[in-house]
Parts: sequence; structure tokens; C-alpha cells
Amino acid sequence: MDDLLREFVTETNESLDMVDVELVRFEQEPNNAKILDNVFRLVHTIKGTCGFIGLPRLEALAHAAETLMGKFRDGLPASSEAVTLVLATIDRIKAILDSLEHDQREPEGNDEDLIVELQRMVERIAPSAAQHTVGTLAPQTLERPLRPGEVSLDDLERAFRETEVEVPAKPATTAPADASAQDDDGGKTASQSIRVTVDTLEQLMTMVSELVLTRNQLLEIVRRHEDSEFKTPLQRLSNVTAELQEGVMKTRMQPIGNAWQKLPRIVRDLSNELGKQIDLEMHGADTELDRQVLDLIKDPLTHMVRNSADHGLETPQERRTAGKPGRGRIRLSAYHEGGHIVIQIADDGRGLNTERIKAKAIAQRLATEDEVEKLSEAQIHKFIFVPSFSTAAQITNVSGRGVGMDVVRNNIDQIGGSIDVKSVAGAGLNFTIKIPLTLAIVAALIVESGGERFAVPQLSVVELVRTRSGGEHCIEKLKDTTVLRLRDKLLPLAHLGHLLGAEQAGDVENGFVVVTQVGSQTFGIVVDGVFHTEEIVVKPLSSKLRHIALFSGNTILGDGSVIMIIDPNGVAHAFGSTVTSQMTAEGAEAKHVVDDEQTTSLLVFRAGSAEPKAVPLALITRLEEIDARKIELSNGRHMVQYRGHLMPLVSLSDKVRMKDEGAQPLLVFSDGSRSMALVVDEIVDIVEDHLDIQVASDNPGVLGSAVIKGQATEIIDVGHFLPLAFEDWFRRKEQTARRRPRSVLLIDDSPFFRNMLAPVLQAAGYDVTAAASAHEALTLLHEGRAFDVAITDIEMPEMDGFAFAEAVRGDPRTANLPVIALSSVVSAEAVERGRRAGFYDYVAKFDRQGLIAALKEHTDVTRAA
Amino acid sequence: MSTENIQQNLKEYVTALIGGQLFGMPILRVQDVFFPERVTRVPLAPPEIAGVLNLRGRIVTLIDMRRCLGLERREDDLPPMAIGVELGAESYGLLIDSVGEVLKLDDGAREPNPINLDPRLARVCVGIHRLEWQLLMVVDVDRVLDIGDKAIAA
Repeated sequence: MDDLLREFVTETNESLDMVDVELVRFEQEPNNAKILDNVFRLVHTIKGTCGFIGLPRLEALAHAAETLMGKFRDGLPASSEAVTLVLATIDRIKAILDSLEHDQREPEGNDEDLIVELQRMVERIAPSAAQHTVGTLAPQTLERPLRPGEVSLDDLERAFRETEVEVPAKPATTAPADASAQDDDGGKTASQSIRVTVDTLEQLMTMVSELVLTRNQLLEIVRRHEDSEFKTPLQRLSNVTAELQEGVMKTRMQPIGNAWQKLPRIVRDLSNELGKQIDLEMHGADTELDRQVLDLIKDPLTHMVRNSADHGLETPQERRTAGKPGRGRIRLSAYHEGGHIVIQIADDGRGLNTERIKAKAIAQRLATEDEVEKLSEAQIHKFIFVPSFSTAAQITNVSGRGVGMDVVRNNIDQIGGSIDVKSVAGAGLNFTIKIPLTLAIVAALIVESGGERFAVPQLSVVELVRTRSGGEHCIEKLKDTTVLRLRDKLLPLAHLGHLLGAEQAGDVENGFVVVTQVGSQTFGIVVDGVFHTEEIVVKPLSSKLRHIALFSGNTILGDGSVIMIIDPNGVAHAFGSTVTSQMTAEGAEAKHVVDDEQTTSLLVFRAGSAEPKAVPLALITRLEEIDARKIELSNGRHMVQYRGHLMPLVSLSDKVRMKDEGAQPLLVFSDGSRSMALVVDEIVDIVEDHLDIQVASDNPGVLGSAVIKGQATEIIDVGHFLPLAFEDWFRRKEQTARRRPRSVLLIDDSPFFRNMLAPVLQAAGYDVTAAASAHEALTLLHEGRAFDVAITDIEMPEMDGFAFAEAVRGDPRTANLPVIALSSVVSAEAVERGRRAGFYDYVAKFDRQGLIAALKEHTDVTRAA
Repeated sequence: MSTENIQQNLKEYVTALIGGQLFGMPILRVQDVFFPERVTRVPLAPPEIAGVLNLRGRIVTLIDMRRCLGLERREDDLPPMAIGVELGAESYGLLIDSVGEVLKLDDGAREPNPINLDPRLARVCVGIHRLEWQLLMVVDVDRVLDIGDKAIAA
């Protein structure tokens, strides 16, 4: 039998068994999108494989089933009838597979019955589409654009018709295959390789580890008894054990070329089907990979190559018009780099269509227009990894159902890898997959810190330096940071003990520095001792420990003990925020590690006097310098037009002079949609230091004094100035605005809060109407009751606050009503979600003043509008 | 509840002493009982995690039951024991003071936790059996293993 066909049958049978199980689970839990995604993906893979192997009957069946499941995925109900139908289809596919296995060809026959039923089911559960299909053969149109995963009715019709003409199989190609199959089945190939489950290998590996452990114990015993007669046989046992260990490890490794085997044929078939000329280049096919990893990336790679061929590469004419050679190129390469296996898939096609991804991201509500505008191209391209995101305008048999890239990312995530995309419009697309050491076998340097041993992957170790006070290499201190003078460079150092939270560091002066390189960053890790290098099998960390960024895994050493593997990337991150103050987005993740150090980023500035003042940098939203002439005096207050709003300016003290010309430095603070700015004379520096207020202050607006970089510095209490700016501002506005009581719609399911908040709001001069549920509130609004503002609880049964805000926004009659969220949970995430749902503001449930401030602001905004 | 039901509701527990209190773990969840040796402490780990060790080629994460239950640290020098359990594909060891016997208890006689039970105990215990000589608290292994995650979230 054809190798390809045999593999297909085995794999598909496995997949189908899973589909069976998953479908049944899905029927029980119709809301579990994850199961459905799994099923959909499996069927999609079957369909795809059938397509290139030339099995039209199977392909048509799988396609029809996939379409039906696409409807489920779009949220239409999965009736048991529909699931039964899909299961029946799977049984039919299995029957076909069985005869495929015996006869090496699809059996004669017709699956029209099932396909028609599947299509009828699709129409039935999608009623809007069904109305247009009754009794007509004319091209049908849908009054809305197709959603991802949907197929136009025309496509369905086409698939349906194509199934009728598939019966004559290609006799020319199958006949030789039959002949060779008879030879093969004689047992020749079977004797050369066998299929062994990974579990069996795992178990072997475990037993070998045990054997190594026992051998080491024996060696230890013999060492104590000189001239033991056991010595010679034990030596042999030892050698054999080592070889056995190596052998078992080898069984897990396979060249990546095994995963690429199918690709040339896929590309060839695709180029015929699509009328494109495609060259497939493969480099580094002998790069070895752990078998488990290989299995997981096989499908993603296939998907990506198909995508490149289908969407990436243009037709020969398009290419020539664009000044490129008519033949497109897809290049696959694999190599080891810095403890990772890197796989690249590059094509020289048209690249990603940034505008279309943008539009789609907005349409799918993944981001708002404003957000998208702020994103870089590279960030926009990342949207392609979001589930159900597909930009293919036309859904073809090849790809474009929105399964592609999210499957890829899912599989790669599973093995702890990462995927990146680089696209240059018109020049091509390049995917880089990085798979970390996990599951692989690596050489590691065993080091000691604080009495514990750790493994540092050898690949990132550049050199080892022994340091001694007064010796050739010595550790020097620059304030709190330590550096190593190595040849003519200063190498920043991180003390492993410190990073791991050890209370007292070991002897800092006399130790070892592991000079480590991560990307372009070189630094030293100070350890107490260095032992030896050892080949280790990386085992994933327990899920309870996986959050520790400093460790990438753990391993069992030859002597049987478990040690942690240091992740040099994690160390580099910890570095970024302690030693240097390069606060990159990624660096922020490592921040919690640094918290023990108790340093704070502070902005040092001068205002009103020569003494430095400081404020925690985290509190400041932005530093601005504005043209002093833009400062306006309005209503007796200094204001500046800032991002379309008037922003009040507050002076730290009377001594600060507003400049008349030139640039006026400002510290901008934002809280929700409000912004205010503190006027300062000069911004001096941003420093990292311990914030230890030593002398408290009675002076309002000053928390106290602290020593910052060796100088006594006043720490400013921002909390004092913020309300100062706003209360003041509101009072002035209020005098002119208070004419009729403003009406508030208060929605909270808890009578306790309704009763508590209503009087508070009434006391503040509002006319309050309370509703016990979102539905009740919507009814009031639809009856035509006018409100100036609505305040809603978030956590409510049936319809929550988010849904309420969306409903209000979605109805043109109420779209302009400001809605303020009231919640006991105020997390950045919730606020962000609230903003997306259309909340004007988000206030903590017990923050009475915040609520009234928010109310004032929003009722005034509507009044002004 | 009829007597027949009682007959059917017998459940088996492996008993363990932790800080003088008797606990019962459902026998179906218990893989093995072992003396933890060569435990590697994990820096930066949640406090409930006592360390990791190699048990016949598998890496086992040790959970300090005293820490979980809010009990005092152990003062005697007796070697601790661990009850091996599995969660998903991962192996865990629950550190206990000593292991007792296997008891068959009628689930119908299990009483709910008293309302004034220490919340740390109440979180992992799903009821109490009144034995002749003392009380046995039934431990829900999944809830015990949930604690590590909670510590991370906090």
C-alpha cells in the first residue's frame, strides 16, 4: 500500500474516533465552544487530507459535515438530530476508510443521501438562509456578509454537484499502487520499522532512569570497598547502562524531515488546483526533534504551507505585473538556536493585507477603531492568531474557514513554543516558530546557589569566570548594582540567590559568574559554585509552579535528585527592571520578581523651590511639555486644550510660576476619562530607589521627605491635588448648570444597594428612579422615560451590566445615554471590558464620592452636548 | 435512608494523622504512600509547596498539608510521610505526619462540616465521620490541590 495512504488511513481512523467521542461530549455540553473547536478542527483536517490525496467521496462528505458544524460554531443550536446526522456521516466515512484499507481505493457508491440531508439540516438551522433556497436553482444571495466558517449557498450547491461526477476513480494511478502494495504487504516494510506508542518509550525512559540511579548507588558502594570482585562487572554494567540511556533517548528523536514528507505532494497538487507555479524549498530537514513535538507541529506546518500556497502566493500574471518571477517560492527551514528549535515558513507572495485585518478586527469587535489606529503593523498582524479569524474573502476548499492560524497557535502553545509573523506587503510573509527545550534533551551546566543546585542550559552560557576579591576578575559595586570588569567591558550581574529570594546572599566577592547571553543581551549570573555539565531531560514544571518566570522546567539528575532549570530569558527579564530601567512591555512581567527589592521608579522634578520633589512614576500618566502660549485662562482657572478636552492645570504651590513663553513642563494625571496636570518648573530625572519616607509632613500635598539618590526629596501626595482640581472645577460648573434636578436611572438587583444609593444620590440633588433588573430598566427606557444618566450594577442575574450597556448602546433611541458601571470588582480588566461595552465610567460600589463625581461629569457632558 | 442504601454507600478511606487530627482520603484517589526523600525545595514557590522529588522516575510535587490546613509546623523529628495522588497527568504527594489504616465508612453517616470550622479546614474537608474514639475529617483531594493555584492568584 502507498505509504501516504496507509498513514492517512491510520491517522484518520484515530481522528475519527476522537470526533466520535468529542461530538457526544459536545451534544451534552452544547455551550462548550472548546469541544466544538476540536471537532471542527479534526473534520477540517480530514477534509484537507482527503483533498490532496485524491479521495473525492470522503472529501465531499467531510466538507458537508464541516459546513454543518460551522453553523454550530456560529452559535446555532446543535440539536441531537443534527449531531446524529454528523455521527452517521462519520460512520460512512469510516466504512469508506475500511474498504480503502483493503482495496486501496474508494469504493463505488454514492453519498448523495447523506450530503443532501446535511445540507437540509444546514438550511433548517439557519432559517434566514433557508427561505431563499426553496425551489430555486438560480444563484442565491445572502443579505448579509458571510461570517467566518460559513459557506455561501452557491459554494454548497457547487460542492453538491461536484459530488455526483466523482465516481470514476483514476485507474491509471491506482493500478501501480496496487501492485506495489502487494509487495509491501508481504511483510518487508513491517520488519524494518514498527509503530511504538510514545507511552511505551516514556516508560522505557523512566525505567532507564531508575537503572541509572541504581547503578550509581552500586558504584558508590563499590567505591567504599577496595578490590571488590564486583568492580569489573559493575564497570561493564555501567557502560551498558549509559549506552542504553543514550539509545532510549535517541528513539524519541526524529528528523523534522518526517513532518515535511507530505508537503511536496500537497504543494504540487495545490499548484495544479490553483493554477499557480510554486517551488518548495526545504532546509535543515535533518534537524532532530522530539517525537512528541514533531507530532504536534506536523498539522500546523501543513496548514501554514497550504495557507502560503493559497493566499500568500499570487497567480503568475499577478506576480509578473508586480515585477516578480512567475514562480512563487515557499521556503521551509529548521535549525537549533539558543536552546530553541526554530522553524521558519517563508513565502515571497503578497504578504498580509493590513487594512483587511484591521477592518476585520473591528468588525469582529476584537478592538475598537481607536485602538487599532494606535497599533503597529506587526501588532495588527497578530490578529490572525485569534480563533475564528480568517481574512480569506472567498472560502475555498483549500483554506479560509478560520481554522488555520488559531489551530497553529494552539498546537504551538501546547508545547510552550511561540510563533511570530513578519509580513512585508508585496514581498512576502515569514512565520517563525520557536519551540523551547521542553521535551528535548539538552546539555546543562549544574550550578549551586544558596545550597541548592540548578541547571543552566549550556546553549546560553558563553563562559565561566571565577571571581576573587583583589584577583584578576573582581566584582565591583556601583551603588546597589554589581558589575564585573571583564576584559575591557563592564558586565551587569544578577545574583541568583537574590533573584530566588534568598534572605542573605552568599559570599558575593568569591564566587562564579556564569556569563550568559540571551538574544543581544549579555550578563552575568552570580552563583556560589559550579559543578559539571550533564545531559538532562527537560520535564515540564508542575502546573502549580509554572508561574515562576525564572524556571523553564525541571529535571532528574543522574544521582536521582530533582533540580530546577533556570530560564536565562527569565533572568534577563528580571534584569531589565532591576539594574537598568528599560521598562519594556515584556519587562513588566518580571516586575513581581523585583518587588522584594522594594525599589520604586520615581520622577524627580523641581517646582517652586530648588529642593527636588518626587512622585512615584506609576501614578503619572504622561509627561508633557506644552507651549506656554497655549495655556488659557478660563473661569479664573488655568486650562489647556488637551486631546480634545479642557484639562485643568494645578500649581504645586503659589511659588510655581506659570511660564509666559517657551515650553511648560506638565505632569499629566488621568483617572478614567478625567485628566489634570500639575505645573512644575523642571523635570529632573527618573530614578529607581527605595521609597522610604523618613520625615512625615503636615503640609497638605506633601507626604513627607525621603532620601532619593542621596538627596532629601519631598514626596508629593498626588491624591491631594487630584480632587483639588476636580472638586473646584465641578463647583464652578455646578453654579451655572444647576437648573432642574438631573434624573438618574439606578439599576441594581440588590434591594440593599438600591436603598442605600438612592438617598445618597437624592441628597446630591438627583432625581432617582430605581430598577431591580436590567430588563426593568430597558422597559422604562423603551417606554420613553428620559434620563440624564444610568448607573448600573455589573453582577446581576439574567442580564448583567455589560449586556445592559450594550443593549443601551445598540438602540438608537438610547444610544446617547451615559451609562456608569457600579461594581464591587474594579480591576483593570473589568474596566477595559466595561469601556468596550460602552460604559462612560466605572466606579467602585462603595466609592460614594467617585460616583457623585462621575455623575456630575457625565450629566454635565450631556447637558453641554 | 433505608438500611439497604447504607449497605451500598460504604466508602473506603486511607486515614492519616496531621497535627493530631485524623483525616480520611478516598482510597480511590490514593496511588501510594511513601517516605519522601531527597526533597528539593523550590524557591519562589507558593508556601504550600514543600518541594519536588523523584519518585521512581516521576517528578512529584509535595504539598505541605500542615501549611494548607493552617496548622503549626511539625516539631518532632520523625520522618514525614506522603500520600501519593494524581491530578491530570501530574503527580503530587500530600505530606502528612503518619498514615493509619483503611476504614470502610458509611457515606450516609457523614455529617456536614460544623459551621464554626476553621475556614482553611472547611475548604478542603467535605464532612465529618464520628468514629468511636475520635472524629475523622473527609478530605477532598481536588480541593487540596486547588490551593496552590489560589496562592498564585493572590
